[in-house]
Amino acid sequence: MTRKVLSIALMSTALVTSAYAQEATLTIESWRNDDLTLWQDKIIPAFEAEHPGIKVIFSPSAPAEYNAVLNSKLEAGSAGDLITCRPFDASLALYDGGHLSDLSDLEAMGNFSDVAKSAWQTDDGSASFCVPMASVIHGFIYNKDAFNELGIEVPSTEAEFFAALDKIKEDGTYIPMAMGTNDQWEAATMGYNNIGPNYWKGEEGRQALIRGEQKLTDPQWVAPYATLAKWADYLGDGYEAQTYPDSQNLFTLGRAAIYPAGSWEIAGFNTQADFEMGAFKPPVQNAGDTCYISDHTDIGIGLNAASENQEAARTFLAWVASPEFASIFGNAVPGFFPLSNEPVELEDPLAKEIVGWRDECESTIRSTYQILSRGTPNLENETWGASVAAIKGAETPEALGQQLQDGLATWYAPHQ
Amino acid sequence: MQTRRIRWHIAVFLAPAVLVYTAVMIFPLFNTLRLALFTEVDQTRVYVGLQNFRTLFFDPIWSEQFWNALGNNFWFFLVHMLVQNPIGVALAAILSHPRLRFAALYRSAIFIPTILSFVIVGFAWKLILSPLWGIAPSMLDAVGLKSLFAPWLGKEEYALTTLALVSVWQFVGIPMMLIYAALLSIPEEILEAGEIDGITGASAFWKIKLPLILPSIGIISILTFVGNFNAFDLIYVSQGALAGPDFSTDILGTFMYRTFFGFQLQLGDPHMGSAIAGAMFAIILVGVCIYLFGIQTRMRRYQL
Repeated sequence: MTRKVLSIALMSTALVTSAYAQEATLTIESWRNDDLTLWQDKIIPAFEAEHPGIKVIFSPSAPAEYNAVLNSKLEAGSAGDLITCRPFDASLALYDGGHLSDLSDLEAMGNFSDVAKSAWQTDDGSASFCVPMASVIHGFIYNKDAFNELGIEVPSTEAEFFAALDKIKEDGTYIPMAMGTNDQWEAATMGYNNIGPNYWKGEEGRQALIRGEQKLTDPQWVAPYATLAKWADYLGDGYEAQTYPDSQNLFTLGRAAIYPAGSWEIAGFNTQADFEMGAFKPPVQNAGDTCYISDHTDIGIGLNAASENQEAARTFLAWVASPEFASIFGNAVPGFFPLSNEPVELEDPLAKEIVGWRDECESTIRSTYQILSRGTPNLENETWGASVAAIKGAETPEALGQQLQDGLATWYAPHQ
Repeated sequence: MQTRRIRWHIAVFLAPAVLVYTAVMIFPLFNTLRLALFTEVDQTRVYVGLQNFRTLFFDPIWSEQFWNALGNNFWFFLVHMLVQNPIGVALAAILSHPRLRFAALYRSAIFIPTILSFVIVGFAWKLILSPLWGIAPSMLDAVGLKSLFAPWLGKEEYALTTLALVSVWQFVGIPMMLIYAALLSIPEEILEAGEIDGITGASAFWKIKLPLILPSIGIISILTFVGNFNAFDLIYVSQGALAGPDFSTDILGTFMYRTFFGFQLQLGDPHMGSAIAGAMFAIILVGVCIYLFGIQTRMRRYQL
């Protein structure tokens, strides 16, 4: 019985395969199994309608296993034609290993800014190997009802920001800011790398740090820790043991007024919170200063160098780089913003508000992600600890900067 | 004299266990130790001898973390020895009292946490101690001691002790059960003989029972030692791989995990990870040897 079923299955597979034999079938490797229906119902049909000769299959694996599964598939030569790319070193290793094709000559790459492409480039920027798909933007999400109730204006400078926090604290109805230090990464990601770009002037400072022209002991890299130290007064009681889900719940239950955020929260917050939400960008020091935002590249897509369907795959990648893909993707997953230069009309009001900052501010990515977290000690992990220590007041901002600089200098040549 | 036949059946009966044990325990153990002698340069594995261990013990970046983890591990063990085992002995002594009612109920209730998963224990205690939703602050508030509450798991100075006590709560059933069994095996005649000589009540415990259960306490101590130095789960579940705050709960297990498998942007380094695993193995081996040759052989045994 089992054998019969099996042979029928095999026969039907053979039939299906032969029916498409003359056409190209592209398989996409991905870790986004949450997005399976989105790809099957929206993205792939839209592409196949335009390119009738090409069939696309989206084949995701579990996020935690993705890197390992992908590596073994690539080694065995059984990986799909298109590879969803993690940012920075994980994908760079694949390119260096000869598993990803150089896409610099793909015309559609011109649709992306240098910052957008930086996550999937060789260190010298000479080769790009993945098409940027989406980024996440940092800022602050706030409870509009709470702000109206207390008569607080949306802050744009740091002074206004702390004045607003003072007012919320004085009133006492709401916890001013929902963040904890228990899980550590929030302090670095939603704290340091959220407000930091305004101090080190985004890309300018980040690039200078990579080149070794600036040091982590310079005032622009130390000052964000001093600002973080002031946050402690406005976090909830026992924030030291408050976890990431605790913070999310505090905010969506309406108990906290401001949430230092990443845009990936939008979809979740929309379903959880029953009050109106707004967002403001990281406050600048003086009114009128240029603002900088962390517009962090998170997901891209590249071409398996061993794929037999190079032409069809390039057609698909060119389409991924197009505004049409951007608008489908951006609207289906609010909070993951397409990276193309051409603006995308988003429907979700909160997502729209946040993505609008790109027009007013300069974009940059998290300072520790490119190159600087390759060695031991790992700068990203160290930054988590330093940000927590800054908030708790365990060490002075200067000492923290010195500690990070010393760690970086032990292995990174431009800082030695 | 007739030559003895080779007793093949011994080898045949031993084979399955030896093969399985070799495949899943002995081979991986030695392979891990072997892996510690290599490193990766330009995507090829290179033999470097003891270089990884030299890095681990003498490079300040590594040694600082290693000694911190080892120190934390000793504190973790000390809390267990000072809290878990005395409480276990005391509970066993109370349970073995012939006139105690509902002894079976207490026994099961105290033993149940032992069979719970670390994930459940870690998560439940995190919720209990949570400053936001936990019942610990409101319970303290109810008796007017709210001022004693602190976010224990988030403070460098308390986090490790708190987790050690959670672990004690979970595992106190094991020493209790072992000692309870040892106490039950003490013959009535000995106690009666003591009673005739006027040794009753508490002094019967100290002078007769305790010396008789000392070997069991020794076994429990060594089990605690091995268990604590291999511990990982509880810390990982409640504090994550970075063992925060500021590595104050980092023990050898979490340090090894972080190094071996990598974490966030830190790529995994199986070779350094194996070196740490090798160091853990050596520490446990030395500890067990000290016990076996230094303590157990000198322990006085009584024929019951």
